[in-house]
Amino acid sequence: MKETIILSVDTQCYHCGDSLPHTPFSSGDKQFCCAGCKSVYLILSSHRLTNYYTYNAVPGATQKKTETHFDYLDEPGIAADLVDYTDDQTTVITLFIPAIHCSSCIWLLENLYKINPGISNSRIDFPKKQVSITFKNQLISLRGTAELLTSVGYEPLISLQDMVKKQQSDHSERNMVTKIAVAGFCFSNVMMLSFPEYFGFSTFEKNFQTFFNWINLALAVPVMLYSARDYFISAWTNLRNGVLNLDFPLALGIAVMFLRSAAEILSHTGSGFIDTLCSLVFFILIGKWMQHRTYHYLSFERDYRSYFPVAVTCIKEGKEQSVPLNELKTGQRILIRSNEIIPADAILLKGEAKLDFSFVTGESQPVEKVLGEVIYAGGRQLMGAIELEVVKAVSQSYLTKLWNNETFVGKKDPIQTFSHTVSKYFSIGLLLVATAAGLFWINTDINRAVASFTAVLIIACPCALALSSPFTLAAVLSVFDKNKFYLKSTAVIEELARIDTIVFDKTGTITNPAANGFQFTGTLSTPEKQLVSDLARNSGHPLSRELVKWLNLDAVYPVDEYREMVGRGISGIVNGHQLKIGSAAFLGISIVHKGSVVHVLADNHYCGYFVSEQRWRPGFKQLALKLGQDNDLHLLSGDQDHDRELLTPFFSRMQQLHFKQSPQDKLDYILALQNKGARVMMLGDGLNDAGALRQSNLGIAVTDDINNFSPGCDGILDGTAFEKLPQFIRQAKDAVKVIRMSFVISILYNMAGLFFAVQGLLSPLIAAILMPLSTVTIILFTTLAARFYAGKNNLS
Amino acid sequence: MNIIYLLLGLSIVIAVLFLTAFFWANKSGQNDDLYTPSVRMLFDDEPKQPGKEQSDEDHIQT
Repeated sequence: MKETIILSVDTQCYHCGDSLPHTPFSSGDKQFCCAGCKSVYLILSSHRLTNYYTYNAVPGATQKKTETHFDYLDEPGIAADLVDYTDDQTTVITLFIPAIHCSSCIWLLENLYKINPGISNSRIDFPKKQVSITFKNQLISLRGTAELLTSVGYEPLISLQDMVKKQQSDHSERNMVTKIAVAGFCFSNVMMLSFPEYFGFSTFEKNFQTFFNWINLALAVPVMLYSARDYFISAWTNLRNGVLNLDFPLALGIAVMFLRSAAEILSHTGSGFIDTLCSLVFFILIGKWMQHRTYHYLSFERDYRSYFPVAVTCIKEGKEQSVPLNELKTGQRILIRSNEIIPADAILLKGEAKLDFSFVTGESQPVEKVLGEVIYAGGRQLMGAIELEVVKAVSQSYLTKLWNNETFVGKKDPIQTFSHTVSKYFSIGLLLVATAAGLFWINTDINRAVASFTAVLIIACPCALALSSPFTLAAVLSVFDKNKFYLKSTAVIEELARIDTIVFDKTGTITNPAANGFQFTGTLSTPEKQLVSDLARNSGHPLSRELVKWLNLDAVYPVDEYREMVGRGISGIVNGHQLKIGSAAFLGISIVHKGSVVHVLADNHYCGYFVSEQRWRPGFKQLALKLGQDNDLHLLSGDQDHDRELLTPFFSRMQQLHFKQSPQDKLDYILALQNKGARVMMLGDGLNDAGALRQSNLGIAVTDDINNFSPGCDGILDGTAFEKLPQFIRQAKDAVKVIRMSFVISILYNMAGLFFAVQGLLSPLIAAILMPLSTVTIILFTTLAARFYAGKNNLS
Repeated sequence: MNIIYLLLGLSIVIAVLFLTAFFWANKSGQNDDLYTPSVRMLFDDEPKQPGKEQSDEDHIQT
């Protein structure tokens, strides 16, 4: 046992836990996977911060990524938008850091002051993955702070669509908690004062009864005016728009309860229903709060602004200057360095452009552009720096326009929830019963008529009904959360249950982008593999890079006479051997093979070829079969169609496989399906799916790192949980079943109450028992049933 | 039994004080992050002698 542990530590990077390369980077007895990890370790150890590694083994995030430039943070205009507070001495800024994931992160980031004395204070908000840093302006700049964070492996993610700012200004959750606190406070005090009433007062205690009732009434006022205010507003606005939602009977019940209680107390005829009123408001507020709990660290409303950088380098009269992206105008000359994203449609003026549009189009092959050609925004430059002239502003570029398509605005209907549909009939039925009961007594006893009319409205106040959806769905949401499926809101679960058509994107969605493999056909000796690896290392082509990664050999020989024919192949002399790898045409041989194939020719001897295999996500085959039973499956791919034959068995009809689809094609396809009455779930990953994700009834972004950028969507599915998709859908359907069952239960309670109410015999005691009892039943039932089904669906 | 009026008044006044304290705590953001403080309090203080730090490190390694 002990040996295996030692083994695992020895083959892991001490910093991030990745497997070590052939010749690891080392410092003392510690080994690292890359120079980045090692340098972080060196910084930490030189500041005596190695405790970082004691709280958790391998706490770091991999440092293999390329560096980012923070020089735009020196621009006062940009910095002013980002900081929370600044004066001559100090500045406070809150930054989002996706890499925060364990207690070591908290410890290190709160000890930043030990690395740089300019940092006076740093506090982590772990659930939100944010750090709030106070620094001294004389000692360190904002840019310096960002670079300091990056140097210890915690690169802040700064984007135009600043989530941090949005969250800070949003205090709705705090207000909600305050409302619950007020309702809870009044509820508990009212209960204390109502208890004597339940057991009956003796004659000499009548004075107390009046006194208690007055205090109760006083306590009900803040509940009515403050805690329950939203229900009145919502009921009123909905009523004006001709909509009857569940808030209407709730607001009506609360109002009637208060008025009748006030009338009884003021006229000394009874003690009213203040206890029921307060408990009801308290419970429905808790239900509402559960429904609105969100993931702070996930953003579902991302638009193009969070994909693009905050600023771009402009060239003005020969000088480089950072310009905020929203101030970028047409005609400006911009400089794009290697690995930066083209932010706006622009004409190439200088340099060699080789762009990776994979995030936009799904096509993995880089695209070459010549001088004078228009380059669309969204591509990532792979070669050296290039200069371009902007022809369209950022918001007018092809990609962003697609994303901001006007047709979307207000297009997507709010999801019709079950409680919404039911509440319309419920409200009408309730009013009918109340009027009927009132009319029945009106001729014999006017008092009893009023009593029965109001009692029906009070007892049928759909408290339990209002709680069944939030509690069920909140329980399901937390089950999904544990299984790495993150949904935007509880309503999405109900939509998930209604889906009948599923559309997949191919690259990155059903294939695993990280796990590309190769298969070699032919014979290739180990020294020859070394030669291939050394040659391919010189090329920036994705196939070459993957091949080098897959071969996992160290660089040994330098390459002479290196030549690269773009999109065709590479050649060179390695260790005295003439080596050519690439397409059949490039090698001058006539072997036809579909798909991404790399042929190898060594010293004019044909060795064989590598076939790049895109690996399906684990469990995709079973998943497709399972989902295919109940749903119509479609595939939309931006790629070439060489995988058509491989994919055909999974889809019922060939016509449902579509290749070479542009983003607009995808969107139109979804629209066409919807026009035929289908309820479409779209699974995608890239920007090219952004339009389709928004258009679909339910857009799910599949990603291997939930902190990475993903397009706007209704839910984010972690790649490792991909195979659980059928279980998630099953669970959503079960959740809807649970909601229906709990509706039946709460209707039964209402019926029992109505039996007393229509006769005008509802006593406060019955109401005070029946209402909380039904509430507690519903909370218990929904939570337990949701968990039960989760266990049944293997989602615990 | 008239003492009840006084006791009741006092109990509500005290309860209102607690409610106000909660309002203040909520407003100052103490309920925004309920997780990090629970981790923060578990961190050790800086080790006095460098030897201790070293031994901790070795512990993870073996």
